[in-house]
Amino acid sequence: MGRYIARRLLMTIPVLIGATLLIFTIVYALPGDPVRALAGDRPLTPAAQAAIRDEYNLNDPLLIQYLKYLGGLLQGDLGQDFSGRPVSETITQRLPITVRLAVLAVVIEVIIGVIAGVLAGIRRNSYMDNLVLVSTTLVVSIPVFVLAFLAQYVFGLRFGWFPIAGLSEGFRSYILPAFVLAALSLAYVARLTRTSIAENLRQDYVRTAKAKGLKPSVVVGKHTLRNSLIPVVTFVGADLASLMAGAIVTETVFNIPGLGRAVFESVQRQEGFVIVGIVTVFVFFYITFNLVVDILYAVIDPRIRYD
Amino acid sequence: MSQTLTTPDISGAAGAPVLEVNDLHVEFRTPHGLVRAVNGITYSVRPGETLAILGESGSGKSVSVQAVMGILDSPPGFVTGGSILFHGQDMLTMPAAQQRVIRGPGIAMVFQDALSSLNPVFSVGHQIGEMYRAHQGASRREAKAKAIELMERVRIPAARERVNDYPHQFSGGMRQRVMIAMALALDPEILIADEPTTALDVTVQAQIMELLNDLQRDTGMGLILITHDLGVVNEVADRVAVMYAGKIVESGTIDEVFTAPTHPYTAGLMSSVPQAETKGTRLQPIKGQPPNLAAIPPGCSFHPRCPHARIGSAAAADQDCAGDVPELREVRPARMAACHYSEEIFGE
Repeated sequence: MGRYIARRLLMTIPVLIGATLLIFTIVYALPGDPVRALAGDRPLTPAAQAAIRDEYNLNDPLLIQYLKYLGGLLQGDLGQDFSGRPVSETITQRLPITVRLAVLAVVIEVIIGVIAGVLAGIRRNSYMDNLVLVSTTLVVSIPVFVLAFLAQYVFGLRFGWFPIAGLSEGFRSYILPAFVLAALSLAYVARLTRTSIAENLRQDYVRTAKAKGLKPSVVVGKHTLRNSLIPVVTFVGADLASLMAGAIVTETVFNIPGLGRAVFESVQRQEGFVIVGIVTVFVFFYITFNLVVDILYAVIDPRIRYD
Repeated sequence: MSQTLTTPDISGAAGAPVLEVNDLHVEFRTPHGLVRAVNGITYSVRPGETLAILGESGSGKSVSVQAVMGILDSPPGFVTGGSILFHGQDMLTMPAAQQRVIRGPGIAMVFQDALSSLNPVFSVGHQIGEMYRAHQGASRREAKAKAIELMERVRIPAARERVNDYPHQFSGGMRQRVMIAMALALDPEILIADEPTTALDVTVQAQIMELLNDLQRDTGMGLILITHDLGVVNEVADRVAVMYAGKIVESGTIDEVFTAPTHPYTAGLMSSVPQAETKGTRLQPIKGQPPNLAAIPPGCSFHPRCPHARIGSAAAADQDCAGDVPELREVRPARMAACHYSEEIFGE
């Protein structure tokens, strides 16, 4: 097990290098000139422009730029944005906000998704089953930003239960964006659980559990659920990363100063270092979650061993 | 179709029957039509007695005991008639909570494929101990201690070390022992074994049957053995009920049924397996296929495959094999068969 984890951790190095190079290249290839965009309507003097280009290595060829960046990275220097603020500072300031949002979204996704999936799966074609099927189809087919506006309008404006945007009200401010962020994955978790429960209920060991005289709640909630959660855990782990990407839209719509919105803003300003820095954090999280999921997988399913 | 199987006390089995199944009907309502899996079967089991239910795949033998255990897949399976009496109380009409009290301490079951019948994600000790935790409110530690005891009783070597292992870490025979240990946990009065040795090697089969036999002798429980293996039946059973197309077509003590069948289907079964006295001759399989339970032939369901079938003008009045259903009746003392011409074909 230890060796497996070590090997997996070593594998993150080439993945991180590949990911940063890719993002670096894409930012490099973006049309437009970041320095000019920075200046806006009042053009900078050529000397000032040259000074900025020089400071951010923008005159170097792509590969040299990248290598210089990587060199800094090894010394823990993530570079700085055009206003001279270190990228690492932006990340440490904004990461906790996004993590809070993502964790809350995962909690919502798993609890509601699994409960809905179980209720639908234990009795196929029942009222509950159809309700889950219809509502998840609805959620999957509506774009996230539409869902966000709808949530803001209904629960923020009409009912006034939650703030519409910003983080002024602490935990309450996170609830609405977390639900919107979780919505799509919640629908998938519910459907996955439903299928998995229905499939496992047909297994022989469920028959055995019934023959042992166990209560239906134990037969389903213990014997069937534990087996049914195996694919769900896999999905949720991989999905955590897409939640971080989803935060780009959700945080922008709800005006939350997290990493997602920082990515959005820095793409607009073509601030390469910021984009690369934040996306690298996303990639790092993705790899870590995948590892955690794989380990968890072996905990849930004793047939899986990594040695 | 509701006559009782009167059985003489041939096994030393004493007292009133623990389990009585009367005129049980089970059907499956599938999108492809109604499948009549069990069509009025009646049997009873006394303490210490072994009843073998013999039949081909699809004869309804497994479905009939699944109905007794209350583990039919429902839907599509439904019990549509009859009664299942445990100590005189009908399990079909009692509340679910009361049924659960019988499952385990009253009637327990061992399944055919132990690998798929054990939960892959719980240790065997946990699954055995769960019987004590669910039915007797035992603590985790007590349950585990009792699980170890049981594993030793079913002769699993190094039980103490293996109690935390998972089903996939055991061999086929050991897994079946785990299943048996689980079923025996609460000293059931009736143990139903549904093809307990079919998935095992021949040598292991013998060990498992011997184990079941010993355990039955020690505990005095009644045993219902579902099987298609005539050899197994011959070794352990006191009585046998032969099933065909969801009905019992013949029943009696094991010696009598095996030496002198009174139903053409049983006779066909006997001549389709190798026996010492027929060595060197060709085996004679029963012609044709078992009937489709969604379209059971009218009259005697065996008549399309029966070498003795009398149809139309060849038949006696009300005894047309293709039209008149033969009732299960006493053809000899303590022998039941469902054949119009049993006496003529097999003699008195």
